[in-house]
Amino acid sequence: MARSQGRAWGQTARPCAFGQLTPPVARPLLATMPRVLVLLAHPVLERSRVNRRLLSAISDLESVTVHDLYEAYPTLSIDIAREQALLVEHDVIVFQHPFYWYSVPAILKEWQDLVLEHGWAYGAGGTKLRGKLTLNAISTGGPAQAYRKEGYNRFTVRELLAPWEQTANLCGLRYLAPYVVHAALKVTGESDIVTPRDGYRRLVTALRDDQIDLERAARAENLADEIDAVLAPREVA
Amino acid sequence: MTDSVLAMAFVYLLAAVICVPVAKRLGLGAVLGYLVAGVLIGPWVLGFVGHEHHSVGHFAEFGVVMMLFLVGLELRPALLWQMRKPIFGLGGAQVVGTAVVVGAAALALGVHWKPALAVGLIFACSSTAIVLSTLAERGLLKTQGGQASFAVLLFQDIAVIPILAVFPLLAMVPAVLSPDAAAAAGDSRPGWQTGLMLFGAVAGVIAIGRFIVRPVFQFLAAVKVRESFTAAALLIVVGIALLMQQVGLSPALGTFLAGVVLADSEYRHELETDIEPFKGLLLGLFFISIGAQIDFGLIASEPAMIGGMVLATMTGKLVVLWSLGRVFGLDRPSRWLLAFSLAQIGEFAFVLLQFGMTERVFTAEFTAPLVAAVALSMGITPLLFVVLERVVLPRLADPGREARPHDEIATDAETPVVIAGYGRFGQMVGRILRANRIPLTILDLDPEMVELVGKIGVKVYYGDASRVDLLHAAGCEHAKLFVLAVDDKEEATKIVENVRHHFPHLTILARARDRQHYWELRKLGCAQVFRETFGSAYEAGIAALIKVGFRSYTAHRLAKRWRDHEEQTLEELGKHWGTKDYFARARMAMEEAERLMRHEDPTVYVERDAAWDNESLRADRKVDAAAIDAERS
Repeated sequence: MARSQGRAWGQTARPCAFGQLTPPVARPLLATMPRVLVLLAHPVLERSRVNRRLLSAISDLESVTVHDLYEAYPTLSIDIAREQALLVEHDVIVFQHPFYWYSVPAILKEWQDLVLEHGWAYGAGGTKLRGKLTLNAISTGGPAQAYRKEGYNRFTVRELLAPWEQTANLCGLRYLAPYVVHAALKVTGESDIVTPRDGYRRLVTALRDDQIDLERAARAENLADEIDAVLAPREVA
Repeated sequence: MTDSVLAMAFVYLLAAVICVPVAKRLGLGAVLGYLVAGVLIGPWVLGFVGHEHHSVGHFAEFGVVMMLFLVGLELRPALLWQMRKPIFGLGGAQVVGTAVVVGAAALALGVHWKPALAVGLIFACSSTAIVLSTLAERGLLKTQGGQASFAVLLFQDIAVIPILAVFPLLAMVPAVLSPDAAAAAGDSRPGWQTGLMLFGAVAGVIAIGRFIVRPVFQFLAAVKVRESFTAAALLIVVGIALLMQQVGLSPALGTFLAGVVLADSEYRHELETDIEPFKGLLLGLFFISIGAQIDFGLIASEPAMIGGMVLATMTGKLVVLWSLGRVFGLDRPSRWLLAFSLAQIGEFAFVLLQFGMTERVFTAEFTAPLVAAVALSMGITPLLFVVLERVVLPRLADPGREARPHDEIATDAETPVVIAGYGRFGQMVGRILRANRIPLTILDLDPEMVELVGKIGVKVYYGDASRVDLLHAAGCEHAKLFVLAVDDKEEATKIVENVRHHFPHLTILARARDRQHYWELRKLGCAQVFRETFGSAYEAGIAALIKVGFRSYTAHRLAKRWRDHEEQTLEELGKHWGTKDYFARARMAMEEAERLMRHEDPTVYVERDAAWDNESLRADRKVDAAAIDAERS
């Protein structure tokens, strides 16, 4: 909070830094070292069915920073230095967003283009993100069956995310399988989303606590389907 | 008793309520409104109030005391220290100069030198109450001329003390000034003792302001009783006025000092808001009582003598003030403001004339016409302001500009952008361009602004952008863009006409005051026109949406839609502006906006936001069917 208010003076892009539903960077007060950064991108979160609920499942976790990009940059003018500082501070980067046209909402593309600078994220001297973990947490309108070779979307979600996987690869990040909540259009109430919500919390907690089978998580198709397998051995231990 | 008090209050308030708005509407100012109200209810017109106005007057004089307290609150000690030169230099010269001129005139008329000098000193004082409230009402207090006037008034307030001290020495019948009589007058202390008391009182005021007011107010703030705050604020003013009266200082001066001491305190605004309404009412009462005091009977019996005295005195004061303004380096409008505002004889004269009579400096026959003249001169002061604003200053405007020659614009000043007007608006545009290394030629007509901005390293040329030769000198032939940022409507229009006529290749970005000005400038051919407060109000609107719970991005999108609608309507309406169906169109546009606003869903006002909407998708069976097909396959 202090960070965002401190910036309000110098920053011309944001006319006002107070009064948002979610502060730009919400961080638990007692957090020790931040571990997981959730970069949320939803242009109309107030009308969202899935993302809003996924968010509420993790927003109270310690050492997890939720950064609401549309709230922070309503005119899409992104503060590069601030974004890079956030990336450096955290070990796990989660991109949480709806799957628009088999890709990310506009602000996340802008973020990608501006923040992942040459010489910083990749290329000569671009080592700042080396060794960190990353994944996409996604909601799709269509059902799971649509996202396969025989389905009407013809590709799996993971295949469609190839640009993100390769971006991570180029920047030296370890890319984990996406956490996909399908058929968001069918969600009408809280009860439709208990399982994915619960799974998301378990996943983010495990990422924070280093309690995850990374090999399996990197190989998987959809972490939501394999959450037990990915977490089981460590959770039992 | 209660009945008469209520009746009196009713008459005074009614007169004020009727006269003040009328005077304001006519552009004559509230002070004149009060004075006229006083004349109307006074003994010579309606006769509602008679002799009791003396007691009312005493009560009302407290308004002046409160006003000076408030003036003091605005002046930090550091600021006052900065003003020491005009206060003692200009103020001192004014009192001495006027006293000499008036005194000499009286001598020439055959008055003995003692009363002549006394009258000179009395007439040197101007009316703090009328001048300060008129200057404040017209927003002139912070100008160069206003500040000079204030400095002179402050000195006069200080000067009243030595004047009072000198009067006994000017007595025409020295025998009366026996030790007994002096003792009866309560003035038996030796000089050093009086001096010590004065010093002690001033130190006491400062100590109260510094060490007592704060803890008391802290305590009251903790108790949270609103009235006790107000009572405490009044107590400070009344208490200090009382203390000052005891030691023979002017209460106004004392409370002014207290105000200055408290100007740095965190309770400054609290005090201001508490005292302000009392001051306003009492000051109004004061002006009314001045109006009621004008003795039209005496004036009617001796019109030539009193009229001549008023005219001669005010002319004399005017000349002295104007010359001093010149000597002290005021610019021409400020000189005229100083001279016109301080030309009257002030309310101190009533007190001093009375005192002069008890000290046997004057006789009662000698004093009566003087009192009438003083009241008359105060009465016509607001009229003088009207003359100054409507006759003198407009004539001065052009020669005033000539007083400072336009700056020679360097030949290498050929820049792609010319900015006319470097006030709040122009500066913002200029700073953004400068930050991106765009060379600018900047013109401004305000010498203070030119100097101020020059101090932070921005070269602004002093000059009138409505003059074609200056536009040539500014390199308009070679420039690409002309940013019109002057705040005066007529001035802006004139500049646009000249630029369009002589430099048609220039793109003009113009600042407009309001809608009509917007259309006017658009019609004259400005590429883009910006209503001067639109941008900030727009941003405030967005902030307000966010405050009431909209997400930031949504707020920005909704506001942008509204803005597009607004700008489109503005352009549309502009096409009809000046034609006979404009009002019909404007009404239609307003009705349309209201009709849209009546919907319960606020987003309807800016048309339904269908982006990222999946309601239709959810309802679309085909998508489902496709999904089912996919499932089967």
